[in-house]
Amino acid sequence: MNQSPATTNVSQSRPWGKIIAWAALLLLLTIVGIGLIKAQRGQLAVGDMAPNFTLTTFDGQEISLEALRGKVVLLNIWASWCVPCKEEADDLETAWRLYRDRGDVLFVGVAYSDMDTKAKAYLKSYNTTYPNGPDMGTRIYQLYRATGVPETYVIDRTGKLVYVKFSPFQSVAEIQAAIEPLLK
Amino acid sequence: MKNRTSFFLFTFAVLMLCLSALPSIALAQSSSGGEVTDDEVNTVAKDLYCPVCENIPLDVCPTKACADWRDEIRLKLNEGWTKDQIKQYFVDRFGDRVLGAPPARGINWLVYILPPVLILVGVYVLYRAFQSWRQIPPLQAEEFTASPTQAPQSQDEYMKKLEEQLKASDR
Amino acid sequence: MVANLGYGALILTFLVSLYGICSAIYGGLKNQPRFVDSARNAMLLTWPLLTVTALSIIFLLVYGHYEIKYVAEVTSNSMPLYLRVTALWGGQAGSLIFWSWLMAGFASAVTLRKWDRDREFLPWVIVVSLVTLMFFLSLSIFVENPFERWWQTPTGDVVSAMFQPANSTPLVQADGRGLNPLLRHPGMIIHPPMLYLGFVAFVIPYAFAIAALITGRTDDRWIRVTRRWTLWAWLFLSLGLVLGGRWAYDVLGWGGYWGWDPVEISAAMPWLTGTAFLHSVMIQEKRGMLKHWNMMLIVLTYDLVIFGTFLTRSGVLSSVHAFAQSAIGPLFFGFIALTFGVSMGLLIHRWNSLKSEAQMTNLLSREALFLVNNLLFLSVFVVCFWGVVFPILSEATGLIGQAIPSLAVIFSGQKVTVGPPYYERANGPLFAAMMFLMGIAPLSAWGHSTSKTLGRAIWKPALVTLVVPVLLIVLGIRQVAAWIGLTLAGLVFFVTAYEFWRSALARHRAHNENLFAALWKLAGRNRRRYGGYTIHIGVILMSLGIMGIEIFQTETQATLAAGERLQLDQYAIQYESLVEFPTADGREVARATVSVYKDGQFVTQLYPRRDFYLESQQPMTIPGVRSTLADDFYVLLVDWQPISTQGATFKVYHNPLVNWLWIGGLVFILGTLIAAWPDREMEMQPQRVARVAKAVEQVGL
Repeated sequence: MNQSPATTNVSQSRPWGKIIAWAALLLLLTIVGIGLIKAQRGQLAVGDMAPNFTLTTFDGQEISLEALRGKVVLLNIWASWCVPCKEEADDLETAWRLYRDRGDVLFVGVAYSDMDTKAKAYLKSYNTTYPNGPDMGTRIYQLYRATGVPETYVIDRTGKLVYVKFSPFQSVAEIQAAIEPLLK
Repeated sequence: MKNRTSFFLFTFAVLMLCLSALPSIALAQSSSGGEVTDDEVNTVAKDLYCPVCENIPLDVCPTKACADWRDEIRLKLNEGWTKDQIKQYFVDRFGDRVLGAPPARGINWLVYILPPVLILVGVYVLYRAFQSWRQIPPLQAEEFTASPTQAPQSQDEYMKKLEEQLKASDR
Repeated sequence: MVANLGYGALILTFLVSLYGICSAIYGGLKNQPRFVDSARNAMLLTWPLLTVTALSIIFLLVYGHYEIKYVAEVTSNSMPLYLRVTALWGGQAGSLIFWSWLMAGFASAVTLRKWDRDREFLPWVIVVSLVTLMFFLSLSIFVENPFERWWQTPTGDVVSAMFQPANSTPLVQADGRGLNPLLRHPGMIIHPPMLYLGFVAFVIPYAFAIAALITGRTDDRWIRVTRRWTLWAWLFLSLGLVLGGRWAYDVLGWGGYWGWDPVEISAAMPWLTGTAFLHSVMIQEKRGMLKHWNMMLIVLTYDLVIFGTFLTRSGVLSSVHAFAQSAIGPLFFGFIALTFGVSMGLLIHRWNSLKSEAQMTNLLSREALFLVNNLLFLSVFVVCFWGVVFPILSEATGLIGQAIPSLAVIFSGQKVTVGPPYYERANGPLFAAMMFLMGIAPLSAWGHSTSKTLGRAIWKPALVTLVVPVLLIVLGIRQVAAWIGLTLAGLVFFVTAYEFWRSALARHRAHNENLFAALWKLAGRNRRRYGGYTIHIGVILMSLGIMGIEIFQTETQATLAAGERLQLDQYAIQYESLVEFPTADGREVARATVSVYKDGQFVTQLYPRRDFYLESQQPMTIPGVRSTLADDFYVLLVDWQPISTQGATFKVYHNPLVNWLWIGGLVFILGTLIAAWPDREMEMQPQRVARVAKAVEQVGL
């Protein structure tokens, strides 16, 4: 874009100056175009493949989504500073206790943009027992194109998204309704 | 020839200005012992950006998330961490975006390289243009330099002439 | 139904614009004045029609018609009347209408001018204006319709649509979501309209430039016709930027006026290229040079206006200022590519008829220095543009890293922030160079200035300027940046004052007028020149304020119990009390009372507060400021003990000289007004003006 006054003269004698200028412009348009496409995709929707992620939990356990094929996974992105997250924290734990002994259902919590100490204190205060971990580098948040917290994704046994929710759950029954159809 | 030297002198002066105006970065002293003050926390927080409030430095961001981050900085300072260690900790946890400017590695080099290169290209192109403009018609160029007395020397004379012209035409 | 009336007017405007474009193109190509006149009438019709549309939206907003999606999004029952009216530009859909309305107003005003000498431009000016207008109208009609209503379908879904979907029932809400709290400030009444005015007004010089390219009338007529329009565009844009800074200082509570936010920068980018354009057109007028360059600059400025609007509204950037993401991105993108491509194509088509008429003979001549000025403005533009675009590039190139894992280290695709450290370091030296240039350029002459003539002109003010560094040493100021910046500011000030003085003295001698009368008449005769100098003085005053914050700002923070004091420089605050109360408009306010002491003497009380907006769960920090010409004392309430209200944390800033930023802004605007005010003389005494012009030509300046 930095065409100085003298391109007027120089570009006539040297066509490559012009070519570089146009190529740079085209490149720029491509970049902005890609950025635009990314921005346009919006949030993940039901039917999309769930992006693979790995998570190291606060207990040091490694979780990889790919390794969880064959299980129903509920992925909940939350933060200790997030007020609405508190509305659903108890419900999530209650629902988890309904399924945890089955073995084919896993709840995974991801703390977004949160401090370990605060996150751990939060988990403790809600007696949360399902695995939770910090979102290192806010990667999972970006992968799932999240736009806030809390957001919840339910992934079926084949790794496909079957349910998304961009606000807190209002009841245990609501969580059950999202998971039960997958257990048949 | 004289003009060319003056142009170089000017470019040199601008470059010197560029160099001297580079802000000196004051490093925060890590305090040993005693309470960590808010100001010490803020010196670190000033350079960080939390993902929750885009483009607002951490030291003035009013959200709860940012307050938590500041508490963490205080904690680390208390443990004797340095400013750079703390910044690195945040980068590891939350990615490069927490820094006010991208760290110079990988493609991020482009941030720092491209503008100076383009500006230098601009300087060069401008310089070439000056040269080519002066080479084309030696006749006209001579007109100016050969008869400096005919051209008005200063604004005073310009004003005088303008006033004379106007007076003449007013009549 | 008011909504239907507004929508109907909107559709009608679209059709009228379409007709105007066709008619103008036909009339222009076939040289049929009747068709051109008809197109002109179409153009004049767009503004009243859009006024109907805008008034309908305002009506709906004021009377709280929450069945309309836009109304429900930006207003709520608790909002006062003035905010309901200004909510017209508080959201995406409404502000697009507002944009179109201003655009139509400007374009209509331009078609009302006397066209006797420029008949051939008329059809193409109409075409360019109407195409731009139609683009924005199509966004309003097809994507962001402000009149869409909420409907409830039989399945229980809530959808928004202009017309009733089958079997659905209208959904009427009792209250709306309300305007973004950041926008609930009196400053918001005037800041966006000024920016928009500046944006749309730049369409006019662009339209004339394109008209000149299409008709092949490539002399400087298009520049002379649009000179005042460009100045007005520039005036509004400058005013918008200054007001934006003031708003940030008053409301955003971060102790500053400019945060190098991508959206701020995208508003400043057309200003930068526009400023370069304002300077470089003078070279074309005086010397007949740089015709290609001026065309490029105005095309760039126009497309940056659109690009800035695109960045803010497409969701490509995230920022405090950004509108919610929407589907209008691709349309904008296409429009920018189209206008830029067509304009550049036209320019290349006419390339050879835009040859320079003169040569630049001396590197210190006025025109050469103007070129250096252009280089500097464009450099700042490059820095800004690159800073805004880079995060997009960084994320986009992540695709390469994903595709080729071995390159993932280079193309990590990580989100990055390009913030103040980058801009300040890159632009600081450029600003210093600009000030240096501002100091010497007014003293060089057109065509033939050498180091000798320039030296002769500059030594007196330069000598006086030496007072500044000496004074700084005496005052014990040690920052290098302050030395450079203030000395340069001094140079510009003394050179400009010297210029005024010299010209006034010359006239005083010639006409025996007293000095003030001489100055007044002089400024009246060459308003562009002296308006320009006034603008320079304004810039210098503003730079004082900027340096005050950037170099001399001090800050501290502490938690105080009631009665405790916090000292910063010669000031201290004493925490008195804190009250928390809910307000009728849905805020939870915590307001502290602090006493300010200067050198131990009580000065005033300040009330910094934190408003928490319950609807949007957003906190907002409003500072308490004591402002004088010498410095501002700026107090923020950071935190407080929720139960006892006994302790509270304050952050205080001492901002020396910052008031000069606003005063300088006023002088700046005044200077632009001097330069841009319509010439009454021109209309009343054409012969006299012609004589002045002739005299100027004969003197050769």
